[in-house]
Amino acid sequence: MLTVERLEVRYGGIHAIKGVSLSIARGQIATMLGANGAGKTTTLRTISGLVKASRGTIRFEDVELTNRPPHEIVALGVGQAPEGRMIFANLTVKENLEMGAYLRKNRAEIQNDLDFVFSIFPRLRERIKQPGGTLSGGEQQMLAIGRALMTRPRLLLLDEPSLGIAPILVKTIFEKIQEINRELGMTILLVVETGELMIEGKASEIAKNEGVRKAYLGET
Amino acid sequence: MSELLQQIINGISLGSIYALIALGYTMVYGVLRFINFPHGDAFMVGAFVGYYAAPRIVPLVGGSLLIAGPITLLLSMLVCSALGVTIEKLAYRPLRPRPKLTILITAIGISLFLEFGGQLVFGPDPKSFPTLLPSAVIINTPNLVLRSTPVIVIATTVGLMLLLRFIVMKTKLGTAMRAVSYNQSAASLMGINIDTVISFTFVLGSSLAAAAGILYGSLYPSINPLMGVFPGLKAFISAVLGGIGNIPGAAIGGFIIGLIETFVTGYLSPTYRDAIAFGILILILLFKPSGILGRAESEKV
Repeated sequence: MLTVERLEVRYGGIHAIKGVSLSIARGQIATMLGANGAGKTTTLRTISGLVKASRGTIRFEDVELTNRPPHEIVALGVGQAPEGRMIFANLTVKENLEMGAYLRKNRAEIQNDLDFVFSIFPRLRERIKQPGGTLSGGEQQMLAIGRALMTRPRLLLLDEPSLGIAPILVKTIFEKIQEINRELGMTILLVVETGELMIEGKASEIAKNEGVRKAYLGET
Repeated sequence: MSELLQQIINGISLGSIYALIALGYTMVYGVLRFINFPHGDAFMVGAFVGYYAAPRIVPLVGGSLLIAGPITLLLSMLVCSALGVTIEKLAYRPLRPRPKLTILITAIGISLFLEFGGQLVFGPDPKSFPTLLPSAVIINTPNLVLRSTPVIVIATTVGLMLLLRFIVMKTKLGTAMRAVSYNQSAASLMGINIDTVISFTFVLGSSLAAAAGILYGSLYPSINPLMGVFPGLKAFISAVLGGIGNIPGAAIGGFIIGLIETFVTGYLSPTYRDAIAFGILILILLFKPSGILGRAESEKV
């Protein structure tokens, strides 16, 4: 579904990514692991078009994404909940979610998806009229994921959904991610941080890794 | 007492002009984080569109100001929107990835271009603005003379502000504008085309400046190509006073500056009018740079 080949990114003089390749099959939850500064976030930002690739290609369902503007990439079916959540603090929860549906016209479908977001994150429904900036870290993460879901992506990129949120919520968030994958059949590319390595592989294999289970899947 | 009332009405009508211009400064600052200096000149162009269009429109509608006024206003808003969008596309968009200072210098260049290009095209001499608003005397006492012109100016301003509020708070494009002003990357991840939103912001800002030009011409019927310089600066001060980037702040700031100026002129001396306005700017920048309604914002590194 998504194929990234020998992607390279340079910011000014810095070589931020030196030849990343990855591929994800439809319906998968793929996870990208790696140390801080390994280029995971830059990879996701490049896939979404926020950063220009200096070399390499990104293909999504036979469409070349490389260096297209971000709004076109969203229209093609790639959504992202970015690192740091980037909630619109000045917009209400409802408006944040509506912005996710910016490109969509079908009101009934939008309402359906809104209901789905509220069903997996009931907390958001309670806070519907509050400005995004008043939410807790965990709630903002739910909103960031919900907002990305509202773009109705076929591929959802999630950048460090567990960063900076209460440990008790981490487990919930990861359960919800699995639920989204199961219920909507949505393909998901997840980025999480580890000490030193960067793994690309099947979720089922990575999930067997004890360290990963402890650190990210909320198991003890 | 009635003299005070007179001053308040004058202050609010002058403040209306500042507020309308200030809204454009603050909205463009909101999405692009720089001061669009030619904005005061868009106000001038708006007045000149009225100057040339009104004498042609009035006879067309049988001399009815009630119809000619709104048509002239709309036409001027349309022309200035086109001007604003063109300036943004040609001059600012290619420079967006560059340091902010580059755009700022370009903005000053365009401002000078419009001012002196205006002298070339319209002529440097002051022109007398045609009567577009009925100036019937509504109240006439020995101390208070209230004409309909300032009342219409204030009412039009309030109407435009309510319309703006509706657009910004309730429509999809308005919400997208707020989203873009908060975080461009996040907004583009929602599928929002940033360029479209920026153009839309220029449409809103420039059309309000045009409306201010028409209203100003009706209040003070002498216009010239440099007329935008001082109201532009005062409106900029208003936007800073209200909190740059904050839409209600710009409106409030405009009314405050308009009132202060009128009071200084009326009770102190017209000589101090501009000095006090700039004094206010210095004081805000020294003691509360975020303005009345603005949030303190740290520079992103």
